[in-house]
Amino acid sequence: MNRFLLPLGLFIVLLGFLAVGLNRDPREVPSPLIDKPAPEFTLPHLHDPGKTVSKSDMLGKVWLLNVWASWCPSCREEHPVFNTYAKTPGAIPVVGLNWKDNREDGLRWLARFGDPYAASAYDNDGRVGINFGVYGAPETFLIDKNGVIRFKKIGVVTQEVLEKEILPRARELDK
Amino acid sequence: MKLLLAALASLCLAGGVAAREAVPLAEDPAVEERLVNIASELRCLVCQNESLAGSQAPLAQDLRREVRGLIKEGKSDVEVKDFLVSRYGDFVLYQPPVKPTTWLLWGGPFLLLIAGVATLVSYLRRRGSQVGRVELTDEEKKRAEALLKDNS
Repeated sequence: MNRFLLPLGLFIVLLGFLAVGLNRDPREVPSPLIDKPAPEFTLPHLHDPGKTVSKSDMLGKVWLLNVWASWCPSCREEHPVFNTYAKTPGAIPVVGLNWKDNREDGLRWLARFGDPYAASAYDNDGRVGINFGVYGAPETFLIDKNGVIRFKKIGVVTQEVLEKEILPRARELDK
Repeated sequence: MKLLLAALASLCLAGGVAAREAVPLAEDPAVEERLVNIASELRCLVCQNESLAGSQAPLAQDLRREVRGLIKEGKSDVEVKDFLVSRYGDFVLYQPPVKPTTWLLWGGPFLLLIAGVATLVSYLRRRGSQVGRVELTDEEKKRAEALLKDNS
């Protein structure tokens, strides 16, 4: 009996490693930007090329940066969540970053699916997205009053993600 | 007719050029060479089993554009990699850096090797001491010699 204990023990340890390792999503790359100041940006407004949207506009507020594009099917999936949230009283502002898209497609998409954004920045060449470490839309960043990134959600923000992962953190930061 | 053939031939040539990999607007071969060198050690984040040099994902093309810009600005290879690591983390490097969180990763194989050698040595010692204790009786020696003779 004793001679089986060591291999069995090793097997259980291996099983533990595999259980943890295989349940991780390899698409979720941890961001080195968490708890670091968000990159500075000044971009043209999606609706009005004459106006700009920049990080400094949002200083003093807790806000969300939602990276989206008209070519991104998952963005369509999460969009109703933001549409509903933006209408709730006391909602924190959501800034849209229209990433690697063209203006007409982006505007048409917002007209069709609704526009929950306090402001929409137009990042046509994708540079601001790269500075934020974006590698696929949708991605959503929670940024505090001092412009520091506090949380990042890679992928679709469902109602559950919003209520359990994002809003509790946002309330904590807003104190 | 000749004109048509020439047009077709040039189309084929153009197709051949367009199908080549990862050399968009290669105006400076030296820059492109460094780009390919650096990018082949970096992971594409969209197609994670492809290098940044080989991937045709739109993001990889954008990142190559950024790297190309940095090279033209005269940045060193280390600075270019830092640019990407500061945005995307160590994950973009195919060769992870040695630091406390990766000590096990780098040292693990050597630990396993040491454990294996230690197990082997202790096993051989135990076996050696057991084998050493076995003495043949005279009867057994005769039988063994007879068997050996039979075989020859």
